[in-house]
Amino acid sequence: MTPAPRPEGPPEAESPNVPGFDTWRAVYLFVFGWFVLIVVLLTVFTAMFA
Amino acid sequence: MNVVDWIVLLATIVGIAAYGAWRTRQVRSLNTYLRGNASTGWGTIGLSVMATQASAITYLSIPGQGFESGIGFVQNYFGLPLALIIVCAVFLPMYRRLNVYTAYQFLGERFDEKTRLLGAGLFLLQRGLAAGVTIYAPAIIVSTVLGWPLDPVIVATGLLVIVYTVTGGSEAVALTHRWQMAVIAAGMLTAVTVLIVRLPDGLHFTGSVAAAGALGKLHAVDFSLDPSRRYTVWTGLFGGLFLSLSYFGTDQSQVQRYIGGPSLREGRLGLMFNAVLKIPMQFVILMVGALLFVFYQFTPHPVFFNQAEWRRHAQDSRFRAIEAEHAQALAQSQSAIHAWVQARASDDARREATARAAMVAASDRARAVRAEARAALLAADPRAKVKDSDYVFITFIVTQLPHGAIGLLLAVMFAAALSSKASELSALGTTATIDFWRHFRPLAAADEARNMRVARRFTALWGIFAVAFALFAGFAENLIEAINILGSIFYGVLLGLFLVAFFLRRVGGSAVFFAAIAAQTLVIVMYFSLNIGYLWYNLIGCTACVVLSLALQTILPRHAGGRAS
Repeated sequence: MTPAPRPEGPPEAESPNVPGFDTWRAVYLFVFGWFVLIVVLLTVFTAMFA
Repeated sequence: MNVVDWIVLLATIVGIAAYGAWRTRQVRSLNTYLRGNASTGWGTIGLSVMATQASAITYLSIPGQGFESGIGFVQNYFGLPLALIIVCAVFLPMYRRLNVYTAYQFLGERFDEKTRLLGAGLFLLQRGLAAGVTIYAPAIIVSTVLGWPLDPVIVATGLLVIVYTVTGGSEAVALTHRWQMAVIAAGMLTAVTVLIVRLPDGLHFTGSVAAAGALGKLHAVDFSLDPSRRYTVWTGLFGGLFLSLSYFGTDQSQVQRYIGGPSLREGRLGLMFNAVLKIPMQFVILMVGALLFVFYQFTPHPVFFNQAEWRRHAQDSRFRAIEAEHAQALAQSQSAIHAWVQARASDDARREATARAAMVAASDRARAVRAEARAALLAADPRAKVKDSDYVFITFIVTQLPHGAIGLLLAVMFAAALSSKASELSALGTTATIDFWRHFRPLAAADEARNMRVARRFTALWGIFAVAFALFAGFAENLIEAINILGSIFYGVLLGLFLVAFFLRRVGGSAVFFAAIAAQTLVIVMYFSLNIGYLWYNLIGCTACVVLSLALQTILPRHAGGRAS
């Protein structure tokens, strides 16, 4: 009863189906960019208030 | 607590559990029971991953952390988005392609059965022992503050989660997570609103944020390379990446949340949802703590927030003197903050600097009195529990919130406890069934109904074990820290096994198996012979496993382990 491997294509070939993003690489870059933005904002926040 | 609070609390918590059990009462497919509904969307997966990670202690302790030490703790989560990207790009596609129920099946596919059993065993050992703590930790705090007896709280929480997790398995867990997260969001929003509304007149939100900053609570990022500093950008990035990769990539309680769904896309988007929201969410919860600090400069509060512990020991005149000293220090701090607000409005930089220094000195004095209170408690009883920051937020809830909202916030705590517990039980039951029971009963693997029965029994057994352990935990003083240490001792080697599996294709099963055994032995020996921070054992265990695997592979024959190439 161990399930057979799924017939899914190469993981990077699958479209993320997210408006504005054609590839998963673009999604990851967006998330990474968001993370960098958060760190920058927290740094500014620290400089302003701490 | 009045009748309205009880109605809100019971209706939300029991209602969600009953709904989950009822909706999933007819789950007959092993696949649905272990991996959840095949049509689960990315939003539900994302919320389920979030609910699994955030236990009740998150919502109790993190505001206390912000109150006591400021919001620098947010840096601990800096490695998390990067780890989730790696999990999405490397771990998840492999789990999906092999169509596994557990992460440890992947180790069996990549290496051999002995390595799979080793990985599953390490998970069961650490997660099984930690299972009691996720019930015990919030129960002890809530029952202490509300004066409820501890054991019935533990048993009631445990039984509730056992019922719906055993009934509907992973599908019930994901279904209830959605509603539990809704309760948590509504409750936390209510608490934040009440806190902002109740901030002192003349200070308001912006002034309170400025005051919290001036009092040293808003140092969010620290780029210092000083290794003695506990929270810096670097420890958060490297340590956080390491821990998050272990947790999200190899811990079945998380893996089970995202390997289901109709396609790879759903799991990936669910994880990216967490990568985007986690740091902002933790920032908000920490800010609640920082604002509570300002709030309590203007609101009478006990010198020690765990009042049950304080009343137990604070009997003589020395403690009365500390209480009086604390009230005086608070009054001085309050007037110093008012003076600073006026100086700030005057646009006179010199006056503002002087007032700020006076405010900080007054706050430091109040802090010193609190430290004195803790020292007095320890002097009265060396076994006294002197960490009271976990009690700050719950004290605010029961003393400042209107009735109804108190019930809702207590529902938040129980929803969080149930959500993380349910994921753990489901993962423990699944791993015990798939990786152990099936290994020793290979002929029974084809009987789906029998597999379901066994999975249900294992889930129930782990639930009963967790409740029993939580009941026992009341007798042990430093159990929570002990469990964290235990996790750090085993997590590193477990991650090492997976990193070798993914990235070192030439290493075979026997090399990694014996390397993991040797690495685990090394970590245990180091733990008993060295005095270093226990988080380092994550790094040591992982590095030792990877390096020893490479070394052993050069000695062992190429075919050892079977699937190296």
